[in-house]
Amino acid sequence: MIPRWVYLPAALGAGLVILPLAGLASRVAWGDFLGLVTSDSALTALSLSLRTSLTSTLLCVLLGVPMALVLARTEFPGQGVVRSLVLLPLVLPPVVGGIALLYTFGRRGLLGTELDLLGVQVAFSTTAVVLAQTFVSLPFLVVSLEGALRSAGRRYEVVAASLGAAPTTVLRRVTIPMVLPGLVSGAVLAFARSLGEFGATITFAGSLEGTTRTLPLYIYNLRVTDPDAAVAMSLVLVVVAVGVIGLASQGPRERRSMP
Amino acid sequence: MRKLVLPLVVALALPLTACGGGADDTTTLTVYAASSLTSSFERLGKRFEAEHDGVDVRLSFGGSSDLVTQIQEGAPADVFASADTATMDRLTADGLAAGDPQAFATNTLEIAVPPGNPAGITGLRDLTKPGVDLVVCAPEVPCGAAAVAVAKDAGVDLSPVSEEQSVTDVLAKVSTGEADAGLVYVTDVLGAGDDVEGIELPEASSVVNTYPIVAVEGAAQPGLARDFVELVVGATGRAVLGDAGFGPP
Repeated sequence: MIPRWVYLPAALGAGLVILPLAGLASRVAWGDFLGLVTSDSALTALSLSLRTSLTSTLLCVLLGVPMALVLARTEFPGQGVVRSLVLLPLVLPPVVGGIALLYTFGRRGLLGTELDLLGVQVAFSTTAVVLAQTFVSLPFLVVSLEGALRSAGRRYEVVAASLGAAPTTVLRRVTIPMVLPGLVSGAVLAFARSLGEFGATITFAGSLEGTTRTLPLYIYNLRVTDPDAAVAMSLVLVVVAVGVIGLASQGPRERRSMP
Repeated sequence: MRKLVLPLVVALALPLTACGGGADDTTTLTVYAASSLTSSFERLGKRFEAEHDGVDVRLSFGGSSDLVTQIQEGAPADVFASADTATMDRLTADGLAAGDPQAFATNTLEIAVPPGNPAGITGLRDLTKPGVDLVVCAPEVPCGAAAVAVAKDAGVDLSPVSEEQSVTDVLAKVSTGEADAGLVYVTDVLGAGDDVEGIELPEASSVVNTYPIVAVEGAAQPGLARDFVELVVGATGRAVLGDAGFGPP
């Protein structure tokens, strides 16, 4: 029941998204594809990307679940401001995030002296990559989980508490299982965002094979000298992204079918 | 709904017509040049506009390799100036150069350190000391290739903490104090002003980067393109480039 003309701009919009993917696919050197995506440097970059993205997803869960709980289940003055600030990395250009991280965790940053005393150097390390990824991915998990918490409501929690369950038990046995699909899709989105992170990483962490050169940075380097390999690796990332979106869209559907 | 859609379509289409109308009275010359040429070419562009009535010089700066790729993909460049001959060769190999490229400047590497030189760097050997965070360009880009060549000639084994994609990225890591030292061009240290200090690198004199320039085949403004190349390789170009620290070809 939509006006027929709507299809035209809708098709244009879809074309804008899909055509570049076709353009990318059209440039793939299929004959060498396997060799290009399994070269030593490619595998090093892929493995670094997977390891850092998994670590940052774990950090997002550890930090993001409590954040979402505080935002969805409590009320305090200035909550709106806090929520906006927490969600800021969603709309912030990643390169700005990278500069902000640099002036916070960098050697001459806000916490630089303290970290130096502890013997920790963040810049140019894999830790910096994980920090950058966590910074940009955290809001994805918080948004998605806060939404799940709000739509799930408090009824079951109230009932559980009235039956004598301690707050931690309610959280563990009622709240978390209830919002698990939302948590999973949030975590998958955070993982995808980490995997694609480029701007903050290159600004804050640098680019060195095996330490900080993740897949997007590797592709960025490669496009100059070996465009075929860059295209092949890009396609790998597209396939991963499609898989991730497939996984993430499972989440809400399951939630809707819940009682 | 129509009330809302029509103004939107008009609003979207307006800038397109405005663009077409503006092109009538001025001619645009598009120059693609390596990032390290930014300030010099901005000055030369102004000079060219002053000498040619009704000509607007549009400058696009980037990594030389990126620019060649863009030209190969059909970007409307009239002139291309590269930071090294290897990258220029990619353009000529594709038959995209109108005539032979002409060398117009040279550049050598220098060590850039943060103001105050916190790590006390005095020369190439210091860069290999443990605890010294060195940042260089990736070997795939001209400044990185030069760094590899300098280290090889001097028999020094460099182990950088990061290999950046461009000179600007290296400079940023040094000027923020994140890295103790970086290998960049002499002109970059000069251009960065007080943000970094330069440490002379005698070992670099054997590795000289030559900058070639050429009019692009199929340029929209072939005559103006040739004029611009003449300006850059001529006395005016030499003076402006010399001010920025470039050596003669």
